[in-house]
Amino acid sequence: MRSDIVIIGGGPAGLAAAVAAAKYDPSLDIMILERDAELGGILNQCIHNGFGLHTFNEELTGPEYAERFEAQLPDLGIKFMLNTMVLDVASSSVTAVNSDQGLFNIECGAVILCMGCRERPRGALNIPGLRPAGVFTAGTAQRLVNIEGYMPGKEVVILGSGDIGLIMARRMTLEGAKVKAVCELMPYSGGLKRNIVQCLDDFGIPLFLSHTVIDIKGKERVTSVVIAEVDSNSKPIPGTEEEITCDTLLLSCGLIPENELSRAAGIKINPSTNGPVVNESFETSIKGIFACGNVLHVHDLVDYVSEESARAGISAAKYVKSSSFGEDCSVIEIKAGTGVRYTVPSFIRLGEIDDNVTVRFRSGNVYKNSYVDVLFDGEQKYHRRKQIITPGEMEQVILKKEDLEKAAGEITVAITES
Amino acid sequence: MNNSYDIVIIGAGVSGSAIARELSRYDCKVLVIEKDEDVCCGSSKANSGLVHAGYDAKPGTLKAKMNIRGNELMTALASDLDIPFKRIGSLVVCTDESRRSGIDELYERGIANGVHDMQILSASEVKELEPNISDNAVCALYAPTAGIICPFRLNIAMAECACQNGVEFVFNSPVISIDRIDEGFCVKTSAKTYTCSVVVNAAGCHADDIHNMVSSRKLHITPRRGDYLLLDRSCDGFVKHIIFPQPTDLGKGILVTPTVHGNTIIGPTAIDNDSKDEAPATSEGIAKVIEGSSRNVKGLPLKQVITSFSGLRSHEDGGDFIMEEVFDCPGFFDCAGIESPGLTACPAIGEYMAGLVADKLSLRLKSDWNGICHDVVKPFELPPEDREKLIREHPEYGRIICRCETITEGEIIDSIRRPLGAVSLDGVKRRTRAGMGRCQGGFCSPRVMEIISRETGISLDQVTKNGGSSKIVYGRTKDEI
Repeated sequence: MRSDIVIIGGGPAGLAAAVAAAKYDPSLDIMILERDAELGGILNQCIHNGFGLHTFNEELTGPEYAERFEAQLPDLGIKFMLNTMVLDVASSSVTAVNSDQGLFNIECGAVILCMGCRERPRGALNIPGLRPAGVFTAGTAQRLVNIEGYMPGKEVVILGSGDIGLIMARRMTLEGAKVKAVCELMPYSGGLKRNIVQCLDDFGIPLFLSHTVIDIKGKERVTSVVIAEVDSNSKPIPGTEEEITCDTLLLSCGLIPENELSRAAGIKINPSTNGPVVNESFETSIKGIFACGNVLHVHDLVDYVSEESARAGISAAKYVKSSSFGEDCSVIEIKAGTGVRYTVPSFIRLGEIDDNVTVRFRSGNVYKNSYVDVLFDGEQKYHRRKQIITPGEMEQVILKKEDLEKAAGEITVAITES
Repeated sequence: MNNSYDIVIIGAGVSGSAIARELSRYDCKVLVIEKDEDVCCGSSKANSGLVHAGYDAKPGTLKAKMNIRGNELMTALASDLDIPFKRIGSLVVCTDESRRSGIDELYERGIANGVHDMQILSASEVKELEPNISDNAVCALYAPTAGIICPFRLNIAMAECACQNGVEFVFNSPVISIDRIDEGFCVKTSAKTYTCSVVVNAAGCHADDIHNMVSSRKLHITPRRGDYLLLDRSCDGFVKHIIFPQPTDLGKGILVTPTVHGNTIIGPTAIDNDSKDEAPATSEGIAKVIEGSSRNVKGLPLKQVITSFSGLRSHEDGGDFIMEEVFDCPGFFDCAGIESPGLTACPAIGEYMAGLVADKLSLRLKSDWNGICHDVVKPFELPPEDREKLIREHPEYGRIICRCETITEGEIIDSIRRPLGAVSLDGVKRRTRAGMGRCQGGFCSPRVMEIISRETGISLDQVTKNGGSSKIVYGRTKDEI
């Protein structure tokens, strides 16, 4: 088997990358490999609205958003295989398995990694206590409720204020469960402000910041959890314990990009994002392998995933079509300065930019009335005031092409407090 | 009467299952009674997964004898029953010059017990074997006969083998009382009552409760908890041997070892536990595991922890295994106090206990005993041609359900349909590893639930995590509308 571009994952990133690459050059043979039984990825279980405000100027549900892309596949001649699991990736070949073909190889011109992310499980959080049924990650509970149509529980405590946890607080409430508390270890929420308002405040669900779960009780099924306030080192404060009767604990404590294939391929990983290190074209450290969406870094809005993935798709198309792609070696490094956890991209190759470059980043803390600064070789070029910057919301700066062309070796993105 | 047996074994952990398999060689009617929903639900499911060399136990004790014999038998047993087993060797590392003599003592004890091929290595030799060893390492006892094994497969395979040779099993059946009747016993469980000539007590942490039902000389077992952390397979190769600290009065200490499946495990603690059935991990326990393991190795990638768990050892006050006919209750055999090195010892425990029972009942060997058993077929461990053929004939072996461990629908179906098949999510996990990977079942558990529901004919809301009332979902959404 042979394809010009093989895309691993048919969620929002894979779909947007495929559509953009096909539109860029309709002659390309593009194949999406999807491990699930349908395209759309996690969007299929996101039946709430709020998707597409940036991309389509309307509020769509997750499945509707995915459908906008899926509907374009036949006309663009994009092929896909479902129930197909990729086992191995190299720059010019992908090994996968499914029921029809068994184990097979696809030779290809370029690969785009769009595997998305997974949720941090209980075990990775070192929560003490017993191991009864009734402890779910928020996304697993979301699948059970929205896809399978089953109730994971009736009395719920949620640990972590990530967006899926907030969305599930509302969903469980609408389905008749009682959500008793949302606990967040940090003194700020890990989710979007609009989700705090629409999913917790509107339903009177209490959010306890600087709180964690210190015990899970119940031998067979959860019977209660004990929560406690934590100090500035995230250590529980004795005397603040409170036992809450419940049958279910949902976890929304962070997402981890699924880079096992990337690591096995030898792709360089950024320890801050757990995603590949990429350049302006979303190309990884291995030529011809591109990455976009949540496998690259965890996004807050799917619209940004689509935008970024479209760029990755076009870059892969250019790579396949042009032997000189990436030959210009004039490289600018982008560094994460004070208050900035990481930037995507990490490098800009001047020869490959035909427009402004959007640099996305997340902060390591909450900053009020502060500035996003961009320094070109130590010299301040951009200085923008922001009312609030939080780790839960992705930030961006747009670097103008003409400014980049004048830059020398290094750009730093930093947050300065006023 | 079909509730009548020659032998009733109480407990389907490694001891009970090993004894059942050994007794299945003989012409006799055997029943195994288990309180939980599956085999391998107590101490056997939550331990270090080690086959010890045998230098720890005091010479002359049953622990020492059973350890050595169990270690010897393990190679053939693992081969017959298709159990993942690797003799990777163990290192007891001395990090304190003043305690160097303790390593010599261990070596001497190993010799006395009959351990082969041990060596005392210098700091540089240890470093060469294990680059991530602590810089404080002074010397180490190296025992190449120590190994790692899959504790689940060991337990399950012995039970499956016993089952295929005619041993019956009942589950969800806690024993309530044992009464002596003419020529034997009447064993009452929460579900049914059974009669038998011989009872074998392999009830793990509850072995004292069972023993004390029939004997005036009381046993007392303390459940002693061990907390563990399991690291992702991405850490494979961090250590290559089983790395122990020097033992103290409190036990063998916190070890670091690869598992047969390429994870790295650290633990256990040794903390007396209130309950015999509930082993809650505590933050203090987890902290002790981290602190203890980092004393022997450096730079342990603790960010890669994918789960923590705790197991219970059944520590009897006397400190040794108790494997004998109870003096004031003829026909009642104890196999109690089976704490470490119980997993290592289980093939020897089976052999020894079955020997005692066979003598008692003058049992005769069968001519048609089959000691061979195969694990669930794993397509990704097959040669390419065999795998292609398997997927062509059974497409379900091409459908991946567990992404993290690459487990197919075919393997999950097999784990449910085979003798003593899985009935719960944890049962499938222990037989196939589906849900044991880095996402801990986040993606696959709803799909495994569907397969269990379909294969066993129960509705999805009746599927449990591990039997009893451990149901995973509470009925349909909008049920009450």
